[in-house]
Amino acid sequence: MIRHRPIFVPTMLILGFLFLYIPILSLIVFSFNESRLVTVWGGFSTKWYAALFQNEQVLGAAWLSFKIAAMNATGATILGTLAGLALARFGRFRGRPLLTGIATAPLVMPEVITGLSLLLMFVAMEQAFGWPAGRGITTITIAHMTFSMAYVTVVVQSRLSTLDESLEEAAMDLGARPAKVFFLITLPIILPAILAGWLLAFTLSWDDLVITSFVTGPGSSTLPVVIFSKVRLGVSPDINALATILVLIVAVGIAIAGIYMQRQQKRRDRDVQQALAANL
Amino acid sequence: MAWIRALGPYRWASRGLRVRGYSGRTIVTGIPYLWLLLFFLVPFLIVLKISVSEMVMAMPPYEPLITWASAQVMELKVNLANYAFLWEDALYRNAYGNSIRTAAVSTLLCLLIGYPMAYGIARSKPAWRNLLLLLVMLPFWTSFLLRVYAWIGILKNNGVINNFLLWLGVIEEPIVMLQTDFAVYLGIVYSYLPFMVLPLYTAIEKLDLSLLEAAADLGCRPMKAFFRITVPLTRSGIIAGCMLVFIPAVGEFVIPALLGGPDTLMIGRVLWEEFFNNRDWPIASAVAIAMLLLLVIPIMILQRFQGQRLGAHR
Repeated sequence: MIRHRPIFVPTMLILGFLFLYIPILSLIVFSFNESRLVTVWGGFSTKWYAALFQNEQVLGAAWLSFKIAAMNATGATILGTLAGLALARFGRFRGRPLLTGIATAPLVMPEVITGLSLLLMFVAMEQAFGWPAGRGITTITIAHMTFSMAYVTVVVQSRLSTLDESLEEAAMDLGARPAKVFFLITLPIILPAILAGWLLAFTLSWDDLVITSFVTGPGSSTLPVVIFSKVRLGVSPDINALATILVLIVAVGIAIAGIYMQRQQKRRDRDVQQALAANL
Repeated sequence: MAWIRALGPYRWASRGLRVRGYSGRTIVTGIPYLWLLLFFLVPFLIVLKISVSEMVMAMPPYEPLITWASAQVMELKVNLANYAFLWEDALYRNAYGNSIRTAAVSTLLCLLIGYPMAYGIARSKPAWRNLLLLLVMLPFWTSFLLRVYAWIGILKNNGVINNFLLWLGVIEEPIVMLQTDFAVYLGIVYSYLPFMVLPLYTAIEKLDLSLLEAAADLGCRPMKAFFRITVPLTRSGIIAGCMLVFIPAVGEFVIPALLGGPDTLMIGRVLWEEFFNNRDWPIASAVAIAMLLLLVIPIMILQRFQGQRLGAHR
């Protein structure tokens, strides 16, 4: 039907994926390089991994980033789910256009603007109320929640908008209160979307450099802040080792999630078939 | 749920709210609403306020806008000098122009690479489709900073590309690629490509193939059918993808800081330096407000198309 397709599109697809993955592969390959010159091969070695695990600064920063990312993800998921629920289910309420705007604008807002505006806000609040006193974990977490809740909102809202409302309506007709309908019907159905939102919020926070740099205080350097200060001085092999470990964690996590989802899908298909067979 | 309802605080709270006429809906909407007003909208007003105040050597380093000259007389000082300074100084004008040009070129390149990719994924076998989509998204889950860092090792003078070309004997001397505008384009295209592919994929996947068959039956050539049917029908995906790349690329800081040269002026980097190196908060605020004004229209376009996409099912 489309005659030019057999050559052009697959070629672009392959080139596109090579473009996306060659940098990541090069990071991994050169993390096992003996030589200090990151891109000149000097033999196989795992010494940069050993060096990494002795680097207190990197380990401390990683732990701090992990704590912030977990707190942020939990908070952002709650806020984002509420916002997604309101936007997908409450029809036209007063203030909806504004909520739609401010709930999704952080998705594309350049990070330097979000970071600067939040910092100025924290300084103004400290002057006015004495809270937050100084900047650190609290301000970083609040800042991360504000931008990452937008991603959760979009994920939850789009899941809810593809979901048939008749189940919820049926429960309501049978006399369930709205809160009960949410916890018994809506929440279990959108749980995969909520989990995806949590993971997304975690990753965004774990990865954020620019906003963190604005709202951080002395003594709270997250992992990206430490990496950036090292990278600015040039390439260094222990950063490659760190990158390899992070890529591996993500790849394993995604693989597990993929297998789990496939199993769920299979079970659902089997249930549907059994239900059909029973009814015939 | 029953155990929560048995708790004292839950009963008091729900009764108190009901007496005052608040429903569960108000609470569900109210919590994220208040959060976003407080931490997203109000901060912009503060930035606006500080952008019209004067810099002082103090902490915080700006003059208050409202001062009490005496007990009854309130003095409002609005200082537009920061904006005048931005307008007059060629550095800022160049930075804005450069950012928009860089973002526009990168967005176009992203579209040219991303469209065939999205098309290929949408037209591949269903069994492959999810895997390919996952492969597009996977880099997004790994650290952005580290992926930009990877390009330093590839592009630098004794980096992967130059070493390979020297070994082949194609070049005698290394080509300077790092710290050029080329590296910045490459970095932006590389980092934002998934944001382009995903909305394009959603749009192309929905396309009704029988329209293309009908066009072919009526003697329309594939190229013409592509530009007259496929492109117009996937317009929403094209616009959403372009805006998702263009808007953050304008304010990008990490990519020009790591891959660009010292003279690669981009507005995100200028703002960063005004804030962290010069400690001039009022100028940094003015830079932010001016950038926001530039981006208001693209953001509104994006929100309209996103609203259409999300509303399509309802």
